Amino acid sequence: MDAFKTLIVILLSSVFVDNYVLSRFLGICPFLGVSEKRNQAVGMGVAVTIVMLIATAVTWPIQYFVLDALNLGFLQNIVFILIIAALVQMLEMLLKKFIPALHKGLGVYLPLITTNCAVLGVTINNILDGYTFVQSMVSSLGCGLGFLLAMVLFSGLRSRINNANVPAPFKGLGVTLIAASFISLAFMGFSGIVEKIFA
Amino acid sequence: MDILIAFLVMFGIAVLVGILLLLCSHFFAVKENPLKRQVRECLPGINCGACGYKGCDDYALAIAEDGARPNLCIPGGQEVADQIGEILDIKVEPFEDVNAFVACNGNCDAAVKLADYEGVKTCSAASMLYGGTNACRFACLGFGDCAAVCPQNAICLKDGIAHVDASLCFGCGLCVKTCPKHIIYMVPQVIKTVVTCSNTQKGAEARKACKNACIACRKCEKICPNGAIKVENNMAVIYYDKCTNCGACVKECPTGCLKTLDFDDKR
Repeated sequence: MDAFKTLIVILLSSVFVDNYVLSRFLGICPFLGVSEKRNQAVGMGVAVTIVMLIATAVTWPIQYFVLDALNLGFLQNIVFILIIAALVQMLEMLLKKFIPALHKGLGVYLPLITTNCAVLGVTINNILDGYTFVQSMVSSLGCGLGFLLAMVLFSGLRSRINNANVPAPFKGLGVTLIAASFISLAFMGFSGIVEKIFA
Repeated sequence: MDILIAFLVMFGIAVLVGILLLLCSHFFAVKENPLKRQVRECLPGINCGACGYKGCDDYALAIAEDGARPNLCIPGGQEVADQIGEILDIKVEPFEDVNAFVACNGNCDAAVKLADYEGVKTCSAASMLYGGTNACRFACLGFGDCAAVCPQNAICLKDGIAHVDASLCFGCGLCVKTCPKHIIYMVPQVIKTVVTCSNTQKGAEARKACKNACIACRKCEKICPNGAIKVENNMAVIYYDKCTNCGACVKECPTGCLKTLDFDDKR
């Protein structure tokens, strides 16, 4: 039961408290780039979630069974980058083949996941936090969902901003960044809540 | 020894990933539209973006699938438009060859400078500071932002102003978009007579700012046998559909701002 509770805490805290976009400020590029339309934002969120899950499923065993076993922990970053880049390439081919509409919608942002720091951040943080394999998977699912949540929330906000009368100096990226900071502030309200759920 | 193991592990992972990617690209390959490939082969492939698409690939796809017009490729010109029309089996509208032209002749001797500029050596930076240091608000700043952006290196800086080498220019229009003073225009290649000034101030003010400025004296307007020149907004404007390149106005112009250009010559 305790193990299950730990998983729930990991999931909820990675969605809300340690949200990768809004609390750790990783993966900002797609957050600002693809959040203009809701369906694109959802597509990007789902793509990032899938990449995070696959990346964790591959990098965790490599870290523990290859790198740690051979005492090569210092290769972590470069190996993870290599693997994530390859995974994204494969995902792109699969999307192009099976869901061409989503592939076209994501456009240039799909290759950008290749160097998305959120994906690399999740895989490395899973190792740093000393999670087991199952915990790592749950954590990356939570991070992906958190990214998706941030994208959807923000795309909703941006569609409202588009209709608002914004002062000229703040038009475009300025007001977008200010809005992002407000969401980020709002998410600070979650800190400390999740740990106390089962207390 | 350790470095050898590290090397082998990295190498092994890289090879494994490479093989996987190869397999993926083999089994999940998507058939490209054959039409797109044919169209793409006709295009020049310099990705200048003058057609309005992200590059030649994007434009080829738009032609093949979304029915974009085939005569948008400016570097390719009529030839490419015809080829694409042949592939798609449609009639192509005639294509007009254009060249970029810098409408300013305020060289070092003629233009009056108000101050020395010591800042960042680009036109965009210089124009942000009170519109540049020239007395004429419409003058070429001569830092060569247009030359930097030109994919053909067709623009050279001479006597403090930019010149377009018409034999190299293929009319992509990137310099027109770049110029912070908006004094570069696209001119049809058949036209040889041009107004090398953009100053819309009154004659006396324009003359004070630059010796080569158009002073709106209307002599050209009167002499032109075809009625192809009108002075509008204190500046001579040539109507390219009427101009026959007779050169009468060039001889008449008192400040020499009307010029006959030989677009085939290297200047």
